Amino acid sequence: MTDTTSNQPVGSTAADRARASELSAVGRFLQATELDTRMLGMVGALLVIWVGIHILSGGLFLTPRNLWNLSVQTSSVAIMATGMVLVIVMRNIDLSVGSVEGVIGMIMGVAQAEFLIRVVGFQLGDPWLWIIALVAGVALGLLIGAFQGFIIAYMEVPAFIVTLGGLLVWRGMAWLITSGRTVAPLDTTFQLMGGGPRGSIGATASWIVGAVACVAVAFMLLNGRSQRKRFHFPLRPVWAETLLGVVACAAILGAVWIANSYPWPIGIVRQYAQQNGITVPEGGLYIAHGIAIPVLMAVAVGIIMTFITKRTRFGRYVFAIGGNPEAAELAGINTRWVTMKVFMIMGVLAAISAAISSARLNASTNALGTLDELLVIAAAVIGGTSLAGGAGTVLGAMLGALLMQSLQSGMVLLGIDSPLQSIVVGAVLVIAVWLDTVYRKRV
Amino acid sequence: MSDKIAPATAPVGTPLIDMRNISIAFGGIRAVDDASIDLFPGEVVALLGHNGAGKSTLIKILSGAYKRDAGQIFVNGEEASISNPRDAKKYGIETIYQTLALADNVDAAANLFLGRELMTGWGTLDDVAMEAEARKVMGRLNPRFQRFKEPVIKLSGGQRQSVAIARAILFNARILIMDEPTAALGPQETAQVGELVRQLKSDGIGIFLISHDIHDVFELADRVCVMKNGQVVGTARTTDVTQDEVLGMIILGKCPPGAIPGPGALKIAA
Repeated sequence: MTDTTSNQPVGSTAADRARASELSAVGRFLQATELDTRMLGMVGALLVIWVGIHILSGGLFLTPRNLWNLSVQTSSVAIMATGMVLVIVMRNIDLSVGSVEGVIGMIMGVAQAEFLIRVVGFQLGDPWLWIIALVAGVALGLLIGAFQGFIIAYMEVPAFIVTLGGLLVWRGMAWLITSGRTVAPLDTTFQLMGGGPRGSIGATASWIVGAVACVAVAFMLLNGRSQRKRFHFPLRPVWAETLLGVVACAAILGAVWIANSYPWPIGIVRQYAQQNGITVPEGGLYIAHGIAIPVLMAVAVGIIMTFITKRTRFGRYVFAIGGNPEAAELAGINTRWVTMKVFMIMGVLAAISAAISSARLNASTNALGTLDELLVIAAAVIGGTSLAGGAGTVLGAMLGALLMQSLQSGMVLLGIDSPLQSIVVGAVLVIAVWLDTVYRKRV
Repeated sequence: MSDKIAPATAPVGTPLIDMRNISIAFGGIRAVDDASIDLFPGEVVALLGHNGAGKSTLIKILSGAYKRDAGQIFVNGEEASISNPRDAKKYGIETIYQTLALADNVDAAANLFLGRELMTGWGTLDDVAMEAEARKVMGRLNPRFQRFKEPVIKLSGGQRQSVAIARAILFNARILIMDEPTAALGPQETAQVGELVRQLKSDGIGIFLISHDIHDVFELADRVCVMKNGQVVGTARTTDVTQDEVLGMIILGKCPPGAIPGPGALKIAA
C-alpha cells in the first residue's frame, strides 16, 4: 500500500522475469505460448497410438479413408462427451445418455418413417419430415434432461441414482414404442446426418470451411491480443502468437486435405454419373468426400460448448459450483437451476447424437446407443475431466472421444478379437486416469 | 450492584444494522435463541464466544446463508427481507467467511466477480475488464500479488485471504462481516488487515468482526457482544470493560457492570 508499488507496470515484475529466466527452453516455450501441457500430452498420446497402429497394421491406419471414417465414428460420442464435461464438472454423472439416445432415435425414426406419413399424411420425401422429426427429437431430449435435472436439483435425489433409473427407463421406452421392431429406412435428407458420400460437403465447400476457420483463428488471436493491450496486461510474445496461429491453421487445412483425399467409391460415382447424365471419363471420375456432415455438426457443437463454458456466465457458474458448491451458493448463484440446465443441455446433445447414429445406421433400433454412456464418460475422463468436479475442457473430452475411437477401430483393423478389445479399452481408461492423477499431483 | 446504573453503551442515531430477537433451530438445537444486536456506521462490533456459541450462525442469518425462524432485521431503520445471499448483497452486506468461500478452481478475478460478473455488450463475460478491476483492488490490498491467471487453490493462505477480502470491498459494501479474518494469516498480514479495518471504518462502513483473539478484538472493536449457548450474554464498549471481564462473559456468562446484559447473562440469585 505504498506509492512506489502503484507506479509499477502491471505484470512483468522483476520477480517474474527472474522466474522466467530460471526455466528451461521447454518451460519458456510453454510459458510463452500458454499451452496446456496436459492437452499437449493427450495429443502426443493420440499420435503415438495412431503411428503405432499404423505400423502394426502394415500402413492401414493413417490413410484418408480410415481417418475419414474415424472422424465420422467419433462424432456421436464426441458430441455427448462435451455435455458430460459439464455434468461431471458439477460433480454429477449421467448414466442415462445411451438410453436417452436410444429412445430419441426411436421417436425420430417412427416420426419420419411412420407417424407423419400414415397418421398425419405427409408424402414420402417431404422436407418437413426430417425437420419435424429432428425438432421433435431435440425437444424430447430437452424435456427428458429437464425432467431428470429437476429430480436431481430440486428433489435432491443423487444424479447417479436418477440417471441409473433413466438408463433402464428410457431403454425400456425405446423398446415399448415399436415392441422392439426396427424402423427403417429413414428419410433421405435425414440420412445425410450420418455421413457417407452424400452426407459430406465435397471438396470445394470443405476448403471454404477450412479457410473460414483459419480466418476465425487469426481473428481470435488478434482480438485477444488487442483486448489485453487495451488494459496493458502482459502479452504473449509475437513469435508465440504466430506459431499458435500457424499450427492451428495447418491442423485445420491438413484435416480438410485428408478429407478431400478420400474419393467416393467407384460404384457410387457410377450411380451418381448415371443419375446426373455425366459420362465417366477413362480412368474414373474423382469426387472427393470432403468433410462429413456429422463431423461438421460435432465441430459446431464443440465450438458452441466451448463458448458456453468459457464465455458465458452460465459456464462460469458451472465451474464455480464444481470447485466449491457452498461458495457458489454464498455468492448468490442459483445452483439448482444451473444443475437443471446442465442436464437439459445433456439431453439436447443426446438427441443430436441420436440423429447422427440412427442416420448413419439408416434405421432406428431399440439397441441404439447401448453402452454409449460408458464411452461418453470414459471420453470425458480421459480428456481430463476430474470426477472430483471443477476441472475439464470440452476440447479435451472431444480428443478423449477420438482417442477411444482410434483404439477401437485400430484394434478392429488389427483383427483383435472383441473380448480382447474390451480388455484393452478398459485398461487404457484406468491407466489414463492414473497418469492424470500423477500429473495433477506434480503440477 | 443493582443500584448501579448501566452506562449507555450504544451510540445515538439510526443503526446501520439492527437484528432483533433472532432465533434459529437446527433439528432440536436452538443455535441462536432470541439474539439482538446492532451496528452503527463507522463502528466495529466484535462477536465473541466459544465454538458453537452461535456467533457464526447469527452472522450467516445476516448474510443470507441461513433463513431465520423468528426475529427481524432492520437495515438503516427499515425492515429488510433477507432470505438468500443475493438479498443481503442488495443491502450492501458483504461477508468474508471463515472458510473464505472461494471457488478454488477459478482465478482471482473470477472469484472477485462470482455472481456479479462484468459482461460485454454481447452478453459474454468480460474477462479482461474483470481482470483489470481485480488488479486495481488487489493492488490496494496486496501490491505484490501478481498471480492473476492461476486458480486460487494454488495461492498461499494469505493471498487467498486477500482475494476474499477484496471481493467483499469491491462492491462498495456498507456493512462488512468478517468471520475470523486473520485466522490464516501471519503477523504482518494480520497487521495489514487491522490497517484495512481502520481504513474501512473511517469510510463509514460498519463491521461485524468474529474472532477468537481477544487481543485483536480490543485493538479493533468499539463494542463487543458475547454469545453463549445461542444467547447474547451482554454487549459492552471495549473501553468500559477489561479483557478479563470479557473472558468471564465468554466462559461463565457472567455480565460485568460495564455491559448491558442480554438474555443469556448468568442470573445471579439476588
